Formats: sequence, structure tokens, C-alpha cells
Amino acid sequence: MKNIPQKVAHRYLRHDKKFPHVWCPGCGIGTILGDFLRAVYSSGIKKDDIVMVSGIGCSGRMPVYVDFNTLHTTHGRAIAFATGIKFSEPRLKVVVITGDGDAAAIGGNHLIHAARRNIDLTVIIINNNIYGMTGGQASPTTPLGDYATTAPYGSIEPKFDLCDLAESAGASFVARTTAYHTVEARQIFEAALNKKGCSVVETIAQCPVSYGKMNNQTSAIEMLKWQKKHTIPVKQYRKLDTEKKQGKLVRGILVDKDRKEFTARYDELVAQFNKKKDSSESEKRSEEKKHDETKEKAKKEKQEKK
Amino acid sequence: MSTDRANIDRDKPVLLQGNEAVALGALDAGLEFFGGYPITPSSEIAEILSQEMPKSGNKFIQMEDELSSMASIIGASLTGKKSMTATSGPGFSLMQENIGYGMMTEVPCVVVNVQRGGPSTGLPTKPSQGDLMQARWGTHGDHPSITLYPDSVQEAYELTIRAFNLAEKYRTPVFLFLDEMIGHMRESVHLPKKKDLEIINRINPTVPPEWYKHFKNNPKYISPLASYGQGYRFHVTGLTHDEKGFPTNKKEEIQAKMDKLKKKITNNLDDLIQVEAFHMDDAEVAVFAAGLVARSAKEAVIRAREQNQKIGLVRPLTIWPFPDNEVERMLSSTQMTLIAEMNQGQLINEVKRVTYYGEHAKYIKLQRYDGTLITPEDILQRISEVL
Repeated sequence: MKNIPQKVAHRYLRHDKKFPHVWCPGCGIGTILGDFLRAVYSSGIKKDDIVMVSGIGCSGRMPVYVDFNTLHTTHGRAIAFATGIKFSEPRLKVVVITGDGDAAAIGGNHLIHAARRNIDLTVIIINNNIYGMTGGQASPTTPLGDYATTAPYGSIEPKFDLCDLAESAGASFVARTTAYHTVEARQIFEAALNKKGCSVVETIAQCPVSYGKMNNQTSAIEMLKWQKKHTIPVKQYRKLDTEKKQGKLVRGILVDKDRKEFTARYDELVAQFNKKKDSSESEKRSEEKKHDETKEKAKKEKQEKK
Repeated sequence: MSTDRANIDRDKPVLLQGNEAVALGALDAGLEFFGGYPITPSSEIAEILSQEMPKSGNKFIQMEDELSSMASIIGASLTGKKSMTATSGPGFSLMQENIGYGMMTEVPCVVVNVQRGGPSTGLPTKPSQGDLMQARWGTHGDHPSITLYPDSVQEAYELTIRAFNLAEKYRTPVFLFLDEMIGHMRESVHLPKKKDLEIINRINPTVPPEWYKHFKNNPKYISPLASYGQGYRFHVTGLTHDEKGFPTNKKEEIQAKMDKLKKKITNNLDDLIQVEAFHMDDAEVAVFAAGLVARSAKEAVIRAREQNQKIGLVRPLTIWPFPDNEVERMLSSTQMTLIAEMNQGQLINEVKRVTYYGEHAKYIKLQRYDGTLITPEDILQRISEVL
């Protein structure tokens, strides 16, 4: 494990960008950004080789602050833009920063298809259980019964388990962490960056402003404590019986399997044609050679006759 | 499906379908990335490219929908690749948000719309010219539009190459519109030799990364375009942005950005606009038509001329930006203009707008939206009714 110097995250920020950032006091996104930048540092990937792509919402504002190749796209489509980037230039490390509304509602289709293709993207879903930027509307991960500005009587819809979704769609790396567990988050981000294939990391973040105001949780500290108390490391979790799992979230690397990656598959297809081309060219060459040989032979014979 | 498209004999004409001509034109223009989604009547373009592109190491992907198709080609273009998608009406509607994104972020790419009848699912296999205004105003907000509209399979090939050239030159998505019948029609096409093609590529920055501004304004309003991974590390956002690409709320910067989008088109109309005038020198009656309807109109003009009727044709190959000056000039000496289109009246209002102050302001319309082509007979009959 590489030693992480203090303030290493500052090396990755854009100093010509107009700070301060847009995030509210107590928001979890800043912590997660710090964890991610430390993971980039310890992974050793160069700034020039990273493309950070985001969608719309609070998380969507992250790329503007960081000194990578950055793309802030339309709502829900970050993974689709990222697919174009990764497929056209596979040497680039493409990271998608997205939120729960962005990835699970409007962009849900792209999430499952990226996982199905197993294209080499690092998808970090910052899940704060709410639409923060637009003022606290219910999202597909708002827990049943919780309040939102569009669920004033409590949400009557069950929530998505994003990790289960990514796993069943075929992602080769799936993990869950939180804004509280910063060391674990960094380690998971690094593992995700190093994984060849579609990596999906759900990161639980507190939103004391938009979510908290509707659900009597206006203290960021209390929400962070909740993350500590209500999540269980995966090894421990898997030993628990169903009853004890109630109300708890599993945390850590949930899936890490080897599955052929999409751009590698395409390269294999291209290589098939190159092989055919090579063999047909070498055939041609050998034919030409034969032709030349017979020509020379005839020439020699002619000369001999003379 | 075993055509060896890479080795077509370019010394003699070949029989091609319109969609096939678009695919070949794209490959000749240097297409490197295609992201698309199946839809009638455009699917042959994707099918042919799925066969051809892997052979040369270029990238073909069938995306999960049209929204992601449009997104993927913008992403690919930002890595420096010439990219394209092809669709039809319903898919074109789904692409509109990211088309606006491409315009705002000034990313070159080509979007082909093989038009079918609408609204909604409409008439998947029948021709219509119902999307012409959508090409101009389909995505929200003020935005530029370059839309090319061929009338034959030969021209479909040529305008595909031109669409790529304009996209690269002006850093913007460019639309190529086909009528369903042109997409599916087979005609004899003469393919030029590859060395004779004029191919334009985007301007790359020459300044060091620390000086680079992705949207730097200049007298031509067209900024050099770096690619991801080259060391420039620029920011791209659909939010209104400053020259560096960072979001802005300053009125001067907003105005400058919006002017840049507009003026890179309006300052280059001579380069962008192509209009054909056919027998217009002494024409008393002009037919104004585009796409496949112009083919019928041309035939009608030829037959009318045989009867010594002084009829001519004005045909825009560029429908957006609309050729205001050219159309006004061409129609200025005619007594009457017949605007023929396969819709309920879209380009007619543009013709009226640009000729409003003229003495010749007499318009008749021929509009057909029953899923059938306007024929030469339709046009001749309509003219005889009013003459």
C-alpha cells in the first residue's frame, strides 16, 4: 500500500477554476472526491489518461473541479458518453461519477447495459437517497416510507438495491462503501480503477440539507454515524442470519470476478480480420514470388539458349 | 451480403441503395466510430457499417437506445474520432437532447435521419418530409443547424462526405436528411477515386496545454479542438460556459458564447449553402422543392418545357441554414411559385418569409402527407389548375 501524503488531493484540483464549489455544508460528496483522488494517487494513473464523466445533479458538478479530461453531460447519460470515449480510445481510464437519480432513474438503462457489456468503466454512484440539487425530490433509492418534497406522505415505492442490480446485469466488480469509511472507500476506488471490466461502486453519502430537512436528520455528523452503525462488512454480513440483516446494508467488495471485457472482445474481432488480411497478403506475396521465379527461370533458359 | 465494399471498382458506375451510399460515403469521409440503434428505414446504414468497420479496426457499436447512440458519438468525437449515427423520426426525437449538447459543446459529428411518416411511430416504411422543421428547431434553446438534403443516391453519397467535412470544419453536429425512398432506392452511382476526394479534418490546437482554451473565441468563431488524452485536460459541459469551458453566469460570457454558436454559421453562409436552379433563367413559374420531391419536380419541368411552358425549379441542397438570399434572388423574377412538399407546410413558410417584400408574392402549395410521393403528374396538374 502506497503511503498517502497529506493534502495529496490538492494536486488534482483545478486551481484556475472558480472555487468555492457548489456543494452544501455537511455534504458527503467532497469527502468522496477526496477519497477518489487519493485512490488515483495510489494507483499511479496519470492525469492525462483519466477521463471523468458525470451526469446531472450534485455529483455531476464534480468534474469541473478536477484536473483530468472532464465531461459534464446530460441527465442520466454519463455512462453512454463514457462508453463512446472508452470504446473509441481504450487506453484511457474512464471514470463515471453519477448520482442515484442519474444512474438508477433516468440513466438506469445505460447502467445495466454497461454492466452487461462489461465495458471497462469505473462507475461511482454517489447515493444520497434523494434529488439534492433540485430540492429534495424522491429518487429510486429513497427508502420506503421516507419523506421527500415529492413524497410528502412518505414514499410508497420500494427502493433499488444498486449493487444487486449491477451484479445481476453482469458487472465484473461491484462494491459498496460510504462517505464515513474513507480509508475503505479509497481502497475500493483503487481496486475499481485497477479492475479491467465494468466496476460499479455505490457510495452512500449524507445529504443533511435536502434529504435531512424532510426526514429530521439535519446533522451531517449524525448521518455519518448512521452510515457507521447501519453498514456491515461483507465477510461479517454473509455469516448473519436474515433477521439480523434487517435494516442493515452490506459494505465492501461484493463481486470481483474475471469476465471478458467489451473492448478486448472487439479487438479480438478486429484481429480476426487482420489475420485474414495477413494470410491473404502472404498468399499474394508467395504467388508473386512464384511468378517472379518462373519468369526468371524462363529468362535464364532464354539466355542459356542464346 | 458478400459485397467486397472495400475494393469496389471505381472506374465504372455501381448499383447502390441510398442507405448503402451513405455508409460508403461515411467510410470514404473517414468514419471511425458509429453508435446507433435499429430503426426503419435507416437500419441498412448500421448493418453495412457493422460489417465493414471491424475490418479496418474502426469502431461499431449498437447502443441500447437512441439517447445513448447520440451520447456515444459525441464521446467518441471528443477523443478525436470522426463519428456518426443514423436514425429515423422517432429516434431523431429521442436524440434531440444530446444533439443540443453536441451543439452547445461544439463537437463535430454527423446525424443521418432517413425520414418516415409521423408524428409518433407514424409510417415506418413510407416517405414523408415531416421532420424538416425539427432539423432546425428540434432541440431546445437557440442553436445552429446545418442540414443537407440530397435528391438522389449519387448525391446521398456526396453529401455524406460533405456533412463530415462541414462537421469537422465548423465543430458542430451536422444533419444529413434522406427521404425514405432515397434510403431504399437503388441507382447507378459513380464513386470517385479516394485520392480525388476532398476531406476536411478538424483543426488541432498548436498552443501548449496551459494556453489552450477549448472554446477560445476568434474572428472566425471556430476554435481549435483538442482530443481527450492528448495532454490538454479540458472541461466540457452543456452548461453555458466561458472560453475555458467552465460554467458561467456572467452576461458578457453568455452573450459571447451564444454569438459564437450563431455567427460561425451566419458568417459562413457562402460556404454552407448550396442551391440548384434548374431552367430558372426565363422561368415564369418556379417550383420550389427539396429531396425526392425535387426529383419529381425536375421531371415535371422537363415535360413542361417540352410543351413550351416556362417553368423552372429551385432546389436547396442545404435546407438549414435556409438559403434566404439565393431563394429570394432566384424567385425574384417569377410570377408564381409552387411549393411542393410531403408535409402539411414547412418550407413554404421559409419561402414566404424570404420573398415577403417581393412583387412576386404569389404562392401556390402542393402538400401531400398520405405516405405517397408527389409525382411529376401531381405537380403539372397543380400548375395547370392555376395557370
